[in-house]
Amino acid sequence: MDGIFLQQMVNGLTLGSVYGLIAIGYTMVYGIIGMINFAHGDVYMISAYLAAIGLAVLSFFGVESFPFLILGTLIFTIVVTGVYGFVIERVAYRPLRNSTRLAPLISAIGISLILQNYAQIAQGPRQQGVPTLLEGAMRFDVGSGFVQITYTKIFILIAAFIGMGVLTYIIKYTKLGRMCRATQQDRKMASILGINTDRIISYVFVIGAAMAALAGVLITMNYGTFDFFAGFVIGIKAFTAAVLGGIGSLPGAMLGGLILGVAESQFSGLINSDYKDVFSFGLLVVILIFRPQGLLGRPLVAKV
Amino acid sequence: MSKPILELKEIDVYYGPIQALKKVSMHIDEGETVSLIGSNGAGKSTLLMSIFGQPRAASGQIIYQGTDITQKSSHYIASNGIAQSPEGRRVFPDMSVEENLMMGTIPIGDKYASEDMQRMFELFPRLKERRNQRAMTMSGGEQQMLAIARALMSRPKLLLLDEPSLGLAPIIVKQIFSTLRELAKTGMTIFLVEQNANHALKLSDRAYVMVNGEIRLTGTGRELLTNEEVRNAYLGGH
Repeated sequence: MDGIFLQQMVNGLTLGSVYGLIAIGYTMVYGIIGMINFAHGDVYMISAYLAAIGLAVLSFFGVESFPFLILGTLIFTIVVTGVYGFVIERVAYRPLRNSTRLAPLISAIGISLILQNYAQIAQGPRQQGVPTLLEGAMRFDVGSGFVQITYTKIFILIAAFIGMGVLTYIIKYTKLGRMCRATQQDRKMASILGINTDRIISYVFVIGAAMAALAGVLITMNYGTFDFFAGFVIGIKAFTAAVLGGIGSLPGAMLGGLILGVAESQFSGLINSDYKDVFSFGLLVVILIFRPQGLLGRPLVAKV
Repeated sequence: MSKPILELKEIDVYYGPIQALKKVSMHIDEGETVSLIGSNGAGKSTLLMSIFGQPRAASGQIIYQGTDITQKSSHYIASNGIAQSPEGRRVFPDMSVEENLMMGTIPIGDKYASEDMQRMFELFPRLKERRNQRAMTMSGGEQQMLAIARALMSRPKLLLLDEPSLGLAPIIVKQIFSTLRELAKTGMTIFLVEQNANHALKLSDRAYVMVNGEIRLTGTGRELLTNEEVRNAYLGGH
């Protein structure tokens, strides 16, 4: 098989797993309150800054070994980003819970602008960067070419899949997960059974933000640079992934992310990297024409 | 047997501009089985839902075990021992039978879960056969059994049932009513909303008749069974 194909496959899976992590936040929030959280990409952007801050603070205190550094940064970033998710829901969406469908959408765009400008003022408009944490790569000869997999990519793949696995387990098998699903399927009935649905909605925002935070740390490790606008494009991509997989479906978001990542990488590796975004959004259009509910989504049935 | 567990005092409920309940007053004593009968659209289901504050009463008071719960959240009310098998069953479509039953245990935690689940499977053997099946793939009657079983999983002090006989084969209806009779004997307080007045009145200690959002008549089950007006309107006039 062609070396470049395999190389782009690895790159695509890495990128796609991170898209999938961010897409989880879109799909879970949509599933539970039926709104698109346009601020989610910017929550990811905030987490990239937090990751850099976490790394800087830990290195300042002399933590140098990779496992401690990354673990500390992950915990710090996930916790603080989770607080962001909680506060955003509380301040911007909950007061609009029983208003029109459009109101929280506009509120989300507002939060998105606030977060971008806040990051720009607090951290400056220039690109920020972090040093490479994990040096080195594995190299395989394939036919006439070779495939190179950096240790960073391997780490990203493993961490992203662990994140998705843990979340899937929580949603599928724990009491909290059952309460989330119940609230998603019938909020009124869930409250009649004694579930504090407002609290469950808060948890969903925290979970979404935590997954975005994991993505933020991983992407920052891989690319090393980011700025206050970094959430926009990746947010749109992750949203595309969520729609592609079937918005509202958790496995759909992960699958959509992987497909989008691989498609984008293959297209830019084999055909043309300038038009990769055109290709991924084109793919979305084609899938939505033939499967409007997305790959793993349920056909929309009018609720009575 | 005489202390009221639930008391409604002149509650008014609106859906937008439309008044669904007009100055409804009623009470249910501890250990009693009370039914509410009335035709389609009389406001029976609204009454059950308004006990959970959905929709909330615009005026009047709902007293449960001496506490005013008129303004309390639905989950608070559920956590304090009222369970409901609602209109339209509302089982969670994407969950298995077992998961649906587990959702009933939220107010009391899962310490009795496996024991109670066995009890439900004895009560409704059909649910046992379908324990791992998703609720949306089951028949209406099976979903009805599941909704009742789910309500029972919280070991409620007060059980609210909205048309448990709806859409069920006569033999299953009989079975459900005999189950309810057994539950009533164990001391559970049951409030039953029914169009199937015959079964409901035979089971009940007392009953209310609702017409257009108002309580029209009240009496013991036996009194209402022989009442001319009730017989003509709800018992097929024979």
